[in-house]
Amino acid sequence: MNLLDLVIAIPAIGFLVALIIPRVMEKITRLLVMGFALLTFVVSLGLVSGFQSGVNGLQFESNKIWIANPEIHYHVGIDGLSLWLIILSTFLTPIAILLSWKYVQHRIKEFYAFLLLLECGLVGVFAAYDLFLFYTFWEVVLVPMYFLIGIWGHDRRIYATVKFFLYTMVGSVLMLAAIIFLYTQAHTFDYAEILAQLGSGKIALDHGTETLLFLAFFLAFAIKVPLFPLHTWLPDAHVEAPTAGSVMLASVMLKMGTYGLVRFCLPMFPIAAKENAPWIVILAITGIIVGALVALVQPNMKKLVAYSSVSHLGFVVLGIFSFTQVGLDGAVYQMLNHGISTGALFLLVGFLYERQHSLAIKDFGGVATVAPWLSILFLITTLASIGLPTLNNFVGEFLVLQGAAQANFSWAVFAAFGVILSACYMLWMYQRVFFGALAHSVKHHVTDLSPREWACAVPLIVMMVWMGMYSQSFIPAISEANARILDRTAKAGLIKMTPHVAVNAGTSNFAPAGGGNAHAR
Amino acid sequence: MQNLWLIPALPFIGFLINGILGRKLSKAVVSAIAVLSVVLSFGLVVSVGLSSGWGEHPIHQHYFTWIRSGGVDIGWDFMVDKLTMIMLMVVTGIGSLIHIYATGYMAHEEGYYRFFAYLNLFMFFMLNLVLGANYLLLFVGWEGVGLCSYLLIGFYFVKKSATTAGNKAFIVNRIGDFGFSLAMFLIFITFGSLDFGKVLSAAPGKPVEVLTAIALLMLLGATGKSAQIPLYVWLPDAMEGPTPVSALIHAATMVTAGVYMCSRSAAIFLKAPIAMETVAIVGLATAVFAATIGLTQYDIKKVFAYSTVSQLGYMFLGVGVGAFSAGIWHLMTHAFFKALLFMGAGSVIHACGGEQDMRKMGGLKKYTPWTCGVLACASLAIAGVPGTSGFFSKDAILTAAYGHAPWMFWVGVVTAGMTAFYVWRAFWMTFWGEYRGGDAGHSHDHGHAHTHGHDDHAHAHNHSHDHDHDHGHSHSHDDHGHDHHGTPHESPWSMLAPLVVLAFLSLAGGFLFNVPKFLESMFPLHEEVPNEEMLMGVSIFAGLIGIALSYFMYVANKELPGKIRKALGGIYTLVYNKYFVDEFYDATVVRPIIEGSTEVLWHGLDQGVIDGAVNGAGTGSRSIGGVLKHLQSGNIRSYATWVVVGAVILLITVGMNGGLIR
Repeated sequence: MNLLDLVIAIPAIGFLVALIIPRVMEKITRLLVMGFALLTFVVSLGLVSGFQSGVNGLQFESNKIWIANPEIHYHVGIDGLSLWLIILSTFLTPIAILLSWKYVQHRIKEFYAFLLLLECGLVGVFAAYDLFLFYTFWEVVLVPMYFLIGIWGHDRRIYATVKFFLYTMVGSVLMLAAIIFLYTQAHTFDYAEILAQLGSGKIALDHGTETLLFLAFFLAFAIKVPLFPLHTWLPDAHVEAPTAGSVMLASVMLKMGTYGLVRFCLPMFPIAAKENAPWIVILAITGIIVGALVALVQPNMKKLVAYSSVSHLGFVVLGIFSFTQVGLDGAVYQMLNHGISTGALFLLVGFLYERQHSLAIKDFGGVATVAPWLSILFLITTLASIGLPTLNNFVGEFLVLQGAAQANFSWAVFAAFGVILSACYMLWMYQRVFFGALAHSVKHHVTDLSPREWACAVPLIVMMVWMGMYSQSFIPAISEANARILDRTAKAGLIKMTPHVAVNAGTSNFAPAGGGNAHAR
Repeated sequence: MQNLWLIPALPFIGFLINGILGRKLSKAVVSAIAVLSVVLSFGLVVSVGLSSGWGEHPIHQHYFTWIRSGGVDIGWDFMVDKLTMIMLMVVTGIGSLIHIYATGYMAHEEGYYRFFAYLNLFMFFMLNLVLGANYLLLFVGWEGVGLCSYLLIGFYFVKKSATTAGNKAFIVNRIGDFGFSLAMFLIFITFGSLDFGKVLSAAPGKPVEVLTAIALLMLLGATGKSAQIPLYVWLPDAMEGPTPVSALIHAATMVTAGVYMCSRSAAIFLKAPIAMETVAIVGLATAVFAATIGLTQYDIKKVFAYSTVSQLGYMFLGVGVGAFSAGIWHLMTHAFFKALLFMGAGSVIHACGGEQDMRKMGGLKKYTPWTCGVLACASLAIAGVPGTSGFFSKDAILTAAYGHAPWMFWVGVVTAGMTAFYVWRAFWMTFWGEYRGGDAGHSHDHGHAHTHGHDDHAHAHNHSHDHDHDHGHSHSHDDHGHDHHGTPHESPWSMLAPLVVLAFLSLAGGFLFNVPKFLESMFPLHEEVPNEEMLMGVSIFAGLIGIALSYFMYVANKELPGKIRKALGGIYTLVYNKYFVDEFYDATVVRPIIEGSTEVLWHGLDQGVIDGAVNGAGTGSRSIGGVLKHLQSGNIRSYATWVVVGAVILLITVGMNGGLIR
């Protein structure tokens, strides 16, 4: 059993333990769950210190037969792409637990148990190297989130959960069909094996089949991202979810979609990915702009942040489908950045909700007068979210836009509007909530941060600065993994490139000089 | 070896101490930390200057790799050459003076520590801006000073007009930054680097069209930060901030960043004649446009704000006609006399207990002789009276403009005349005649300043902000509401001493610092223009006429302005209301975006089309309840089908339409 197995197993064990403990001992369960989450985080840090750069292939790999017939393996391992997403999951879970300390007062033990199950599923998704195992973890994640929203959510939680569930199920079913089809061709679920067979031509997919398979995976991931116009489940889910649910949903769960795009869509179906890139990019850019514009006019803070996520994740998809090293690195980095800064936004909005029992912007005003530290932390988070240099999002946005510009300059032009708009919606919300005359109800209900709340927020703020000032701690591992993926897409393009494909995949009006473009190699 | 990073690090430490602990520290400690950190930083700049021959031997230091991916490799690198040296001296020098001044000006304000924390943070970012050795670091400073500007404009955050002005500044600047970032992407694609050294040395060999595109995109960035047409609109509103902020950020330092950027990128601009011409025209147009508005304003800070916009236009004119060093010279002298004008105005406002309307001033020379004296020096300098600092730099720009295109010179001269007029108009209205203030104390009615310009221009939201309507009528404009002593009083020495230093520099700064000569190795001196003496005479004459005319209208013959106002009628209304540009932007940009987003995108597209498809409303009248009922009756499949069908149809439709655009 290696470290990675432990990172998956500890939360799973914690989940079972929490379920077994009698209900009367709920307070102890909560502490125990926190202990499990912290332990998982500490163990996961071992992945970082043990991670070696320059290794071509999986690290902390573990491969055992799970089901004999059909042969399904428990095959897990990580590369630079998985590494930080796993850390993000293990980092945020203890925060999600801690922030719920007072918020969740009924069915306590189930709540915390589900958070651990969620963590287990998330780590599994990012580590799985067997397509069936991946699918299993993918579905495992769905269950706790379904209950988190359905049980501990707000008034319209049933509508939101049904919408959330159906949206995601539709994608999942298509993906499952595609996985089964691949199994019939390759006679294995093992991802590395399938990839090898696809690369060597052992599985020869004709053009139409490759496109269909690509679309099946793509749709599942695009819904999860969510990519415009498949995003309407997200605002409802966020608004109804308890704070911890929103944090985990926005920070990590959405990244399952973008992770899937990078991990599976690009390497397995490189030609289809490149062919379809233009319209996917258009959707991404539409999402950036429409998401931001709709965020601008939201009267509800959580909805505003939810729509801003649609906008931010448009950047991620744009970076992925730019097929450039810079763009892809930026996209992956932006997944982490969004996890930190939007997680922090939901966290702080949750703090406001616990005080005022409202998410409506109009119910606030003058918070800065009574809760200066809460306001400052919210401001820093806001600034991170709108891409202020020296904070994390800037680095990701810069790389994504640079990559997009290398692929097609007009993409960068349109996408950059999103950067203007992000300042509009965030600062305007900030003004109405925190500035202005002190609203009567704010005066009576809003207090500054408690020590527990400080403990939740500070790690996130620290990460914003760290990731904004010293991206070298993170990007090299990401770059290596991405280079391998791009290498694969570039090779596939060379072998099967038709004139039609060349037009779509061709880079730009401006030839890059920096060698940052995968095609140029 | 000098550690350049210490120069910005000192104010940053000041920011951290005051920002985190300031609430618990006494005002004396807060001011000591804030002022010392900047003064020490100034000392370091001087010592760097001494050891590097004032930039003669450029310094380049690498600290760590900031961003590396693909071919992108951005280091946190600082460099000092002659251009940086001038900027460093201006920023830390004037910055020190303004910090000292602010300890007096803000002495009675709440949030004293917060003010100085922001001010120190500003110094940190501004120094980063001028020290950065690549475009991305320049951009770090660029955005960072924008943040501090936002925070300081909205310093009185209880007041809606102040925070709205802050938002407006940030967002309008973001529009400029949009251009700046695109310029960077294009630079990287073209040059494979963002380092000044690599980019600028390779610039001459690159295609003109690309360089033109880069230069024009940079200009868009500069019009935001340096308040030029079409993005100047945030600067007048920025006067909501405390007056030391107006002096430091919105006159002397931050707003000149665009001029610095263009001069830094001279190698690119010089190869892009179309872009150069555009810079010159934008600068000249802004100069004359803002000057006309300045003629009509009554708020003393607004007059100087439009004056700043106008003078920045001069700098861009200089840059655009190729006289980069003249532009930088004017940047420096302007920093002297405009900082002085603002701080003098602050002293006047201080003296009048927060009053900013010049119609309620008058006769102050009796009560505030020192302020009157130093403001006279600044007014002489900005009017370009021979021998003063403004004379040298303005003359250098105008002469170069004549060499480029004589009509530009003539427009510039007319603007110079107007500048002299409105500044001296302000001077006479403030210091001459009888005191018109009475003992109004705090209850000023600044109707004219609130009739427009503060109603959420940045994002014009007109539906749901009624709940927090607290237009700051009970406050003075920058909320500088001191206890009012009935009659005006002179400011304390902590405020006057910096003014005296600046007054000296305003008068002698042009003499003492011959910037074009200093920068000769970077920017070759302009070739001789025929009839230079004649041109000089014309511009001096224009300035003197302006001063004389203002005396005639506001001292000798006080009924005249009213008559002229009446005679001009509609034209006067147009100019007085700043050509209704804010209203125009509001109607053509802000409102359509808000209403379009609400009605079309949110209610229409998101809730109507997409959710309609998702909820199966496409078939007719299925409500959510209906859907749930179907779910319970086991009809989940039909719902799921609708989800798929709707999603796929939309995906394909949008995809096909979108796909064609490419």
